[in-house]
Amino acid sequence: MNDQSSFRTDALIAEDIEAYLDQHQHKSLLRFITCGSVDDGKSTLIGRLLYDSRMIFEDQLAALESDSAKHGTQGQEIDFALLVDGLAAEREQGITIDVAYRFFTTEKRKFIVADTPGHEQYTRNMVTGASTADLAVILIDARKGVLQQTRRHSYLVHLLGIRHVVLAVNKMDLVGYDQATFDAILADYGAFAASIGITDFTAIPISGFKGDNITSLSANTPWYQGPALIEHLENVEVDAAAAQGAPFRMPVQWVNRPNLDFRGFAGQIASGTIRPGDAVRIVPSGKTSTVKTISTFDGDLSEAVAGQSVTLTLADEVDCSRGDLIAAAGDPPQASDQFCATFVWMDEEALKPGRGYWLKLGTQTVTATVQAPKYEIDVNSLEHLAAKTLGLNAIGVAEFATDRPIAFEPYETNRQLGGLILIDKFTNATVAAGMIAFNLRRADNVHWQPTAITRDDHAGMKNQRPRVLWFTGLSGSGKSTIANEVEKQLFLMNRHTFLLDGDNVRHGLNRDLGFTEADRIENIRRVGEVAKLMADAGLIVLTAFISPFRAEREMVRAMLAQGEFIEIFVDTPLEVAEARDVKGLYKKARSGQLKNFTGIDSPYEPPEHPEIRVNTVDMTPEEAARYIIDRILPLK
Amino acid sequence: MRSLTHLERLEAESIHIFREVVAEAENPVMLYSVGKDSSVMLHLARKAFYPAPPPFPMLHVASGWDFADLLAHRDRTVREYGLRLIVAENEEAEAQGINPFDTGSALYSQAQLTDPLKRALTAHGFDAAFGGGRRDEEKARAKERIFSFRSASHRWDPKNQRPELWNLYNARKAKGESIRVFPISNWTELDIWQYIALEKIDIVPLYFSKPRPTVERDGMILVVDDDRFRLEPGEQPVTRSVRFRTLGCYPLTGATESTATEMNDIIQEMLLATGSERQGRAIDKGQSASMEDKKAEGYF
Repeated sequence: MNDQSSFRTDALIAEDIEAYLDQHQHKSLLRFITCGSVDDGKSTLIGRLLYDSRMIFEDQLAALESDSAKHGTQGQEIDFALLVDGLAAEREQGITIDVAYRFFTTEKRKFIVADTPGHEQYTRNMVTGASTADLAVILIDARKGVLQQTRRHSYLVHLLGIRHVVLAVNKMDLVGYDQATFDAILADYGAFAASIGITDFTAIPISGFKGDNITSLSANTPWYQGPALIEHLENVEVDAAAAQGAPFRMPVQWVNRPNLDFRGFAGQIASGTIRPGDAVRIVPSGKTSTVKTISTFDGDLSEAVAGQSVTLTLADEVDCSRGDLIAAAGDPPQASDQFCATFVWMDEEALKPGRGYWLKLGTQTVTATVQAPKYEIDVNSLEHLAAKTLGLNAIGVAEFATDRPIAFEPYETNRQLGGLILIDKFTNATVAAGMIAFNLRRADNVHWQPTAITRDDHAGMKNQRPRVLWFTGLSGSGKSTIANEVEKQLFLMNRHTFLLDGDNVRHGLNRDLGFTEADRIENIRRVGEVAKLMADAGLIVLTAFISPFRAEREMVRAMLAQGEFIEIFVDTPLEVAEARDVKGLYKKARSGQLKNFTGIDSPYEPPEHPEIRVNTVDMTPEEAARYIIDRILPLK
Repeated sequence: MRSLTHLERLEAESIHIFREVVAEAENPVMLYSVGKDSSVMLHLARKAFYPAPPPFPMLHVASGWDFADLLAHRDRTVREYGLRLIVAENEEAEAQGINPFDTGSALYSQAQLTDPLKRALTAHGFDAAFGGGRRDEEKARAKERIFSFRSASHRWDPKNQRPELWNLYNARKAKGESIRVFPISNWTELDIWQYIALEKIDIVPLYFSKPRPTVERDGMILVVDDDRFRLEPGEQPVTRSVRFRTLGCYPLTGATESTATEMNDIIQEMLLATGSERQGRAIDKGQSASMEDKKAEGYF
């Protein structure tokens, strides 16, 4: 095979396999990402690296040769790009459309390459690939110079916290290996890089197709002093020292309790170094203890460092479970329920400000809401744009609030403890990736005000169990009428109640809100918070709101104690509600005078498993009310 | 400062993945094919939960045409480590007339491997299954996520995969859906062998060369593992010194002639080899996108 440029010493393998293996057991690992525009030759470069490192076998090479004849874009020559373009559909289109991971190895290092597309619409893939990379290779076509895509990729690389950047000026063969061309691109890129905060990068003139300056310095570029690409990748320092020098942090993944004598906390160390006897603090509870042992299958360790997966046992019986973080006692991370983050939206369905999403960070999963973005970042111009939400592939900055404090670090301090994902509670899709910028408040200052009279005291005095009877249904379905009737009957039973009605709340508390999707979500969130306070005061709360989205109803359910939220679906078909049209609203909506009207041009998501469903076609409001009360007995 | 080696980083990542699944799934299982990748997986699982045993059972899909040495190794391992083993097989294969000699490879792998696997996953209600797939094996694998979702009918949709960032895995799923999890996605064949050597992991003796009765067919050397092997007229088993790089059903798995009887010899041969490990598998032949189609159907 390509013996001149291959970087494997087959002689050593053949002669002294033990020496070879010994050498290879001590290799380190470098993960990098390649980014470039559609025709920058990215796949060709990766194919070349695999080929030169002898990662391609004869049967694969035979398939490649026949594929090259069929789909190749390089005439009679082997099209290395076909080695890496994986899925059948995209192979036919000739475009890479996803993130693929490739592997090759040299004498010094093992490499994992994340190959991501250069297409404008695939920010999400690049962000995914960059999240685990130590280094980025940014490809530039020497004929074209720095393009808008180059700027976008560089910005994303910087955003994802990659500190090592290689500028590979490719296709040097097509510009006659001209030094002036290379120097001009270097100057151009350097000015741009500095403007976005990339202070250091290594520029290398290459040809992926011809193999120049890939494994060794090329005679075609005598003006270039080095290093060759592989040489640089082999020698660049990865940031292990920084990670190990930072204070100790380990998110607890799983509590290992095989018997009564052993209670271990399993996790992967996110930063720092730990030894038996070290003082640790559990975050967020703040309890302290000392490390008793670092237990592993290979025996107890005297020390463990960032990156290792271990199991710690502690000297004291402290409360600690999945989602907690074990940290250096003297230098724990912050914990807060409000922070500011830059985030990338990754789902077809745009962000709904105010809606509850699952947020996963380390091993913590909590409910989080995102405020309307402060601004969106145009990845091409890097300008800040005003935005109400973020759509697929958009990047913005917003405030996040979680339903309980979580432990974190700013992303630039620690990727593992500053990177988060958002998960849609209904589709379970991963919809966003966020990087925490800073804490919005010192959680140390935030304490729940302990009150002497508890919610049980309030409820006990009223001789009832607090409840929120949440009526949902289309406009005109009969929610208010039935809720009123239920309240009247409860009043006659000497119960302490309060009815929150949609129209009334909108005249006061929520008069700043309109009827856009975001405003509707906020409307329901506020009503939910008010209902919760009233339930804390011991009341039976009745609410009559269309509340069209499942996610918001579930958000309110999650605010309340188990069993306190009673979802009542006033199940009136659209035709019936529209025929009634008590307030004349359907007519206005049909004629276009009223926008975003539920059931007409805005969706209604019916409850899937309501506690109570009432049919208003067959029942009078009085019968419906009686039916509901029968189902919530006993009241105490 | 202590610099982690590539194997230490891979090991730590795999252990992290095993623990995430056990923490978040309700009823996980590990697909255990008894091959070298499965042996590494089992070793990693034992490390991840030590001193507890792996908190999930092993599921072996047996085709009925497994090497005798492989079954013996499986039973010994299960006994030694106190594992729970579930064996899935197509009990009607004989009645259906399915066998590796007459049945085409697509139907054979569907009836003997894919269908029994899907049936077992459904019957036991497993919501997460660990598999030993590696991204370096095949082009379709290179793009598969570590957590790979399957619909209630076990189908994979390559166009609708969840992005995986940092070491954060989204394991949430609807009722009926399941996840296939590949903890050794980022390992290569060389990493596997180096790790087996370094950790002294016990593997099936079929990986080591020894004289075995063989016949040569369609350019493949097949081992006559038992008397069910159907010889063609005039065919006579010949004793050759052979070993395997990968293990499947014995009448469909090609052996290589070799003198490698020790671990280092095997690694040496592998490093100097000119064919990929899947070359010895009849099932993977055909169109180059065929693995992707099979995966969409539910093949592991």
